[in-house]
Amino acid sequence: MSPLLNIAAEELQNPLVPPIPELVIGLIAFVIVFGVLAKKLLPNINKVLEERREAIEGGIEKAEAAQIEAQSVLEQYKAQLAEARHEAARLRQEAQEQGAALIAEMRAEGQRQREEIIAAGHAQIEADRKAAAAALRQDIGRLATELAGKLVGESLEDHARQSRVIDRFLDELEEKAEAAR
Amino acid sequence: MSADPTRVLAFETDCHIFDGCGFPSPGLHSFIFEPLWGDGDSNLYFNKTMLLALLGSIIVIGFFWAAFRRPQVVPGKLQMIAEAGYDFIRRGVVYETMGKREGEKYVPFIVALFFFVWMMNLWSIIPVAQFPVTSIVAYPMVLALIVYIVWVSLTFKRHGFVGALKNFTGYDKSLGAALPVVMLIEAFSNLLVRPFTHAVRLFANMFAGHILLVLFTIASWYLLNGIGIAYAAVSFLMVLVMTLFELFIQALQAYVFVLLACTYIQGALAEQH
Repeated sequence: MSPLLNIAAEELQNPLVPPIPELVIGLIAFVIVFGVLAKKLLPNINKVLEERREAIEGGIEKAEAAQIEAQSVLEQYKAQLAEARHEAARLRQEAQEQGAALIAEMRAEGQRQREEIIAAGHAQIEADRKAAAAALRQDIGRLATELAGKLVGESLEDHARQSRVIDRFLDELEEKAEAAR
Repeated sequence: MSADPTRVLAFETDCHIFDGCGFPSPGLHSFIFEPLWGDGDSNLYFNKTMLLALLGSIIVIGFFWAAFRRPQVVPGKLQMIAEAGYDFIRRGVVYETMGKREGEKYVPFIVALFFFVWMMNLWSIIPVAQFPVTSIVAYPMVLALIVYIVWVSLTFKRHGFVGALKNFTGYDKSLGAALPVVMLIEAFSNLLVRPFTHAVRLFANMFAGHILLVLFTIASWYLLNGIGIAYAAVSFLMVLVMTLFELFIQALQAYVFVLLACTYIQGALAEQH
């Protein structure tokens, strides 16, 4: 070691003895840091951390509420859907019943009309038959009379009596026909 | 005298191996700086460590100011980093030792303490500065003293005068005849040794770390001659390794410092058994 170094080393103080000015500066430096952090910056961030915690918890609560609402809406929707299905089934059933009733009614109406037409036809036929029979009876009477007149050579004058005779004859014929039937 | 080792940096000399020049080893003089202002013999001066201490405060405040001045519920990158640091000290140190209820009050103090100490340590590897403020014993001492005042006053406040004395001396009737000796040792350990070790633990770690870094740095320069270049390379590699190691030690020592502070405060809060 050079003598210079030795001189310097003798002047060096014990490193464990703190110089007063450095103690003061150290104290000031730390107090500044502590003051600014404790009074301003850490309360700032604590407030925000609290807000964030609330925001997250609030978000969770909101999500839960939304889920519950969605659940209730879903149930409501399902209930409505079931009701609508039920209603549709009921309507279909009703329509079917109405349709069946309508068909039955139409069928009955058709039946009735058919019977009416048949009845009318029968009546018409009966009337025609009667008219034909009446006309025929007169013609037969006249022809028979004429024939008889020619056969007997004289005209049967008493037309009324003549007609009565013919009628009686024809009635007898009819009775016979009835009896024979 | 220009040869005064307190003024001369290793790189300012042309001193190399094989030049007939002795190794300018680092020592206590590496921790002494000529005042930038004032007179070193009086108590009115301003030197490099003071400057670094004040600058470090400004950096810590500046960082947290930028991060927490207008904090957002959805944080930006800087705020997220600062929050991670804040949360680490709050949960990982304060709540862990004192519990949330008791500890909440001391969170700002411990957070400020941690980041202040860490910044002062970090100066060790920040280019140009390259000197850990905490390797000057005054700074750890003043911090340890603040912690000491906090926990001692808290003990009196919490337990009353007699209760505090019992707390300091580890009063326990079941010890019988050994009680006075135990009380003496406990009081000595708690009230005198504790603040001293608290400060010196940090100081000595940073002091040794700085010596190592300076040693390898000077050696890299000193060996840079002839065959010595190969050794200089090894020495320089050691500078890099030690720098990384110091980076780790700086954070660790800051953590240990605040953890001990929390333990002391917790001891003051604890009920006697």
